[in-house]
Amino acid sequence: MFRFLVRRVLGAMVILLLISMITYFLFFALPSDPALLSCGKQCDPQNVALIRKNLGLNLPIWTQYWHYMVGIFAGRHMPVGDCPAPCFGYSFANQQPVWGTIADSYPTTLTLAVGGAATFLTIGVSLGLISAWRQGTVFDRIASATSLLGQSVQIYFIGPLAILLFSTKLGWLDRGHDVDWAHDAWGSVTGMILPCLVLSVIFWSNYSRQTRSLMVEQLSEDHIRAARAKGMSSRYVFLRYALRGAMATIITIFGVDLSAVLGGAIITEVTFGLHGLGLLSVQAVLRSDLPLEMAVMLIGATLIVVCNIVVDLAYAFIDPRIRLA
Amino acid sequence: MSTLSQTAAGPVAGPASSFLSVRDLYVHFATEDGTVKAVDGLSFDLERGSTLGIVGESGSGKSVTNLAILGLHNPLNTKIQGEILLDGQELTGASERQLNRLRGKKMAMIFQDSLAALSPFYTVGRQIAEPFMKHTGASRREARARAVDMLRKVGIPQPDLRVDDYPHQFSGGMRQRAMIAMALVCDPDLVIADEPTTALDVTVQAQILDLLKDLQQETGAAIIIITHDLGVIAKTADQVMVMYAGRCVERGTVKEVMQRPQHPYSWGLLSSVPRLDSSVDTPLVPIPGAPPSLLSPPPGCPFHPRCGFTDLVAGGVCATTRPELPEGERRGSACHLTATQKEAVFIEQIHPRLR
Repeated sequence: MFRFLVRRVLGAMVILLLISMITYFLFFALPSDPALLSCGKQCDPQNVALIRKNLGLNLPIWTQYWHYMVGIFAGRHMPVGDCPAPCFGYSFANQQPVWGTIADSYPTTLTLAVGGAATFLTIGVSLGLISAWRQGTVFDRIASATSLLGQSVQIYFIGPLAILLFSTKLGWLDRGHDVDWAHDAWGSVTGMILPCLVLSVIFWSNYSRQTRSLMVEQLSEDHIRAARAKGMSSRYVFLRYALRGAMATIITIFGVDLSAVLGGAIITEVTFGLHGLGLLSVQAVLRSDLPLEMAVMLIGATLIVVCNIVVDLAYAFIDPRIRLA
Repeated sequence: MSTLSQTAAGPVAGPASSFLSVRDLYVHFATEDGTVKAVDGLSFDLERGSTLGIVGESGSGKSVTNLAILGLHNPLNTKIQGEILLDGQELTGASERQLNRLRGKKMAMIFQDSLAALSPFYTVGRQIAEPFMKHTGASRREARARAVDMLRKVGIPQPDLRVDDYPHQFSGGMRQRAMIAMALVCDPDLVIADEPTTALDVTVQAQILDLLKDLQQETGAAIIIITHDLGVIAKTADQVMVMYAGRCVERGTVKEVMQRPQHPYSWGLLSSVPRLDSSVDTPLVPIPGAPPSLLSPPPGCPFHPRCGFTDLVAGGVCATTRPELPEGERRGSACHLTATQKEAVFIEQIHPRLR
């Protein structure tokens, strides 16, 4: 187990290193000059040269990359100001420390991603379980039909519709706003309900269908019949044996979906006008703001890689055959 | 518990005192293509302490019969008719709750493929302890001790350590032993073993069969052993029932059926078994053709399309009339051949092949 963990963590570090290199060097392959962009109105060659020097853009790319990576772990002194670890540099666009900007906006994204994932896992898996338990009933058919509907819509389509219906017309839910857990915890919860629901719609249908078919498959297994032959009740067998068997696969699918969840969170933020990492990354790309781009990219990638390791661990926890391998 | 539906049982043909009595059992499955008559009018009896062997090809209704006894068919697509009396209690109409109380406690099943029949997610000990806790109300610790006992009884070395192992850490033979321990943990009166040795190699096979016999002597349980291996039948069974297309075509003691078989299908089964002591150029004789579709079984005797002896019966009766087992007799076969013909054919044509 320990060796497995070490191996996975080392692998994850290599992946993150590669991602950082690709992002960094790809940026410089683009035909844009950050110094010119941040130069503003009174732009003359001296100014550009000064900015270039201040931003460290006059150094070779490898050296810049090296400084950047060292800064993340050790902090660095920059001409614009002192930058303690974790230092992601200063934004080219507004000369603010990137870490501060990120720290302001990540709670919204994290809440949205975690809340959305919890929502679609709960709704999707429960729907699938009930469908499998009541195979062929009206509930089963309605759930299947709804699943198909959920799978064929997009966030930016149902988002505005949901705001119009549940917020503007019916007034049931908050139309969605940024979270502020420290000062307004309850408002953070209510403000996230609608965005989380909208984000979950495109996922939950997949989970209900997968759960249903996994459970149906599990229920036809020999060990289910053997457990029934021991006199265990059908409900017990359904939850303890069949669900246990289906769980491993559900978690695998969840692991694969993680990056889609983060992507979905970004689209949802833009749809609801929330100020999270999503909006930030769109702005960063539009303004050729390398430090911000790098930071969003690295943090997103780290999240996904870490979650994948957690999923693998969960997998081993569920299936003893993997635990010992 | 045993008086539950005694009165509803009605008149029972044959000995009413039998421990297990199956009367006119029909198990029909509704499928998209029509009704599959998997078991089509089957009757048999079984006493405590004795062993019934059921032989037949795949799809002859052996397993379906036994799943019907345990009530494990999906009620949505299965129609079960007839009577199954276990110790006087009617099982075909019993509720799920009643069945749950009987399964594992009074009747238990040993499955063919122990790797598939044990859940990979729970320890062997837990899976053995589970029914014991449920049926006796024992605590977790008592049940665990019982599981260790059972593992010792079925010959697992170091049972107190192995009890916490997962099924995939057991070898095939050990898993089968664990399955037996799981089935017998509540001392059931009826044990159904569905091809218990098919997935095992021959030496382990013999050990498992010996183990079953020993445990039977200890507890006096009735055993139904389902197999297509006549060697297993010869080694374990007292009574034999040969099944074909959902019906019993021949029954008798193991000696009678193995040494003086009466039905052409039984002849076919015996002739297709390789023997160590036969000469190398004696060919094995397979039964021609394949088992009939149970969606639309052939008219008349279901075996007649594959039978080599239909010419001996006058007037093509085999293709039109279904032969029945002689009513109320322990020994008999469902075949239109006369007793003398059967005797003659067996001695002249079949017996020499078996040497």
